Amino acid sequence: MPEFDLRFTLYLLTNGVMIGLMYALIALGFVLIYKATDAINFAQGEFVMFAGFIAAGAAEYIHAPFWVAALLAIGGMAALGFALERVVLRPLIGRPVIAVVMATIGLAAVLRGGAVLAFGAGTRAISLPIPDDPIPLGPVTLPPVEVVGATVSLLFLAGFTWFFLKSRTGIAMRAVADSQQVAMAMGINVRRYFAFAWAMAGIVSALGGIVWGAMLGVDNQLALVGLKVFPVVILGGLDSIIGAVVGGLIVGIVENLAAGYFDPIVGGGTKDFVPYLLMIIVLMVRPEGIFGRRRIERV
Amino acid sequence: MFHREAGIFKTSYAADMALYPLPIARWAVAVLAAFFVVIVPLTWGDYPLSVANLVLIAIVGALGLNILVGYTGQISIGAGAFMSVGAYTAANLVVHLHAPFWIALPAGGLMAALIGAIVGIPSLRIKGIYLAIATLAAQLIIEWTINHVQWISGGVQASITVPRPSVFGVKLVSERQIYCFLMFFVVLAIVATLNLVRSRIGRAFIAIRDQDIAAEIIGINIFKYKLYAFAISSFFAGVTGALESYYLGIANYEQFQIDVSIDYLAMVIIGGLGSVLGSVFGAIFVTLLPIATRWFLEASGGIFFAQADMLNVIPNLRLVIFGGLIIFFLVVEPEGLNRLWRNIRNYFRVWPFSY
Repeated sequence: MPEFDLRFTLYLLTNGVMIGLMYALIALGFVLIYKATDAINFAQGEFVMFAGFIAAGAAEYIHAPFWVAALLAIGGMAALGFALERVVLRPLIGRPVIAVVMATIGLAAVLRGGAVLAFGAGTRAISLPIPDDPIPLGPVTLPPVEVVGATVSLLFLAGFTWFFLKSRTGIAMRAVADSQQVAMAMGINVRRYFAFAWAMAGIVSALGGIVWGAMLGVDNQLALVGLKVFPVVILGGLDSIIGAVVGGLIVGIVENLAAGYFDPIVGGGTKDFVPYLLMIIVLMVRPEGIFGRRRIERV
Repeated sequence: MFHREAGIFKTSYAADMALYPLPIARWAVAVLAAFFVVIVPLTWGDYPLSVANLVLIAIVGALGLNILVGYTGQISIGAGAFMSVGAYTAANLVVHLHAPFWIALPAGGLMAALIGAIVGIPSLRIKGIYLAIATLAAQLIIEWTINHVQWISGGVQASITVPRPSVFGVKLVSERQIYCFLMFFVVLAIVATLNLVRSRIGRAFIAIRDQDIAAEIIGINIFKYKLYAFAISSFFAGVTGALESYYLGIANYEQFQIDVSIDYLAMVIIGGLGSVLGSVFGAIFVTLLPIATRWFLEASGGIFFAQADMLNVIPNLRLVIFGGLIIFFLVVEPEGLNRLWRNIRNYFRVWPFSY
């Protein structure tokens, strides 16, 4: 293990926080769908990747300025979410869990193959309209992409928290999540809110796709970010927005510290390993996560 | 002898659970067996036989996964990892200890069963999507461990060369010999699965799938049987992995990544959950799909795509078709190919006098 170095540790910590907030943004899309429709979206990473492709493709093919490309990605992903709910998820309402899980896995395959067929295989860049100089913060410096990502993420997390607590639509969605039958009896159009949830997840994924695409570059490997969603949401609780933030922060910090200190010993790849170990422990000890709701089962 | 039933005349449970419900079933199986065991290896060329070999390997894995997912109702996205455990166990035994196949194959299966049972432990507390995510984590952790631990895999990104097995002193080199070798295990796996699901254990599995709390109330030890399901399913997966590395001649961690787990899940779903015949159909279908896609594109792809893009188009088009089919089957025919087959059979059962 390398010698303890305050500056190195601080760097790992701040980097972990930034990355963690960016994970939270992606996890948010996942939580929105689970919260409102009880469906697990195994294609969350592919949503993010597809949004990245739209944004990068718009900049490349129609030379759209960044803001137009971003809006196109957001609009496109909202439409995609809406359409997918209609075509794929709606017929599966009331079917066993495995049907939905498998349908979203199928969806992931379609999106991953389809994006490359439509946009080509090369890696593209999304350039954010910001300077490239690292931002100094006390003793450490931060890459601007991460700062932008973390800020966007925080803004939207706050926005969605407000949305679910105060707005009429948000309250209706919580009601639907709580009990579809009671919600129906109270005059809520359950199906409409399902479609809403998917469209909103699409919008969040679009933002995730833009910030992650700007950081990692856009190709079909971008979808692998989605695999990190599971440790994040399991840690935080599948149906909790604040859980997505806390889970994201924990995963971001832990994986950065682990990568910083253990990678030299085991020869790399700790980042892809430690979050899942953490997740297994949480699943064994407290499967509903830190903020999740425990479910009571009856025959 | 050559007749179908005109109603249900079974008077005992034993008759209801017989392997061959009717004499004609016995005949059908005999004809099929004669075709696949005698005629196919004698008449087919090397290329069709190599495809058939891939299908045979997939059938064993699909049967195993169907025991877990289809019969016991526990979702697993970790089939690929259990295969890698079996493959690496067998490969190391063969390379370092020169173990013959009849030791290496069961050893690979047993090691996978052990790891599978360990992965199954969380199923006591968690189920449904949580279990799916836990098996996903197991897949990634096992993949990482195998890749990074020197004495298992020989180092990061390395692969182990596995010599072909010898049976009675004859080294299996041709596709035809391997076909017969694999066919033996496929028949064994099919018969074992058929018998397993009509035994006490199999009925316990089905009870757990249908209503786990109710199953517990009627006295089924859920934890024990869930672990059994994980162990048995992983045993099949381990044997599949070992067979695959025998056939391909190498054990490499890339053979068993998460997309393999998804392929096998797709076989089980497209074929039909909780059905032995469905596993076979699914394995055939999913294995042939990329081959058919490639063949179709190479024959006619020039019309749709530039030749230069073809290398890029084929795998991605395969992904789209594959995902699309999974969704299609889930939405339109959730019981899979097995159901389609039953529909056809039932139509002809009373043909031409259906009412």
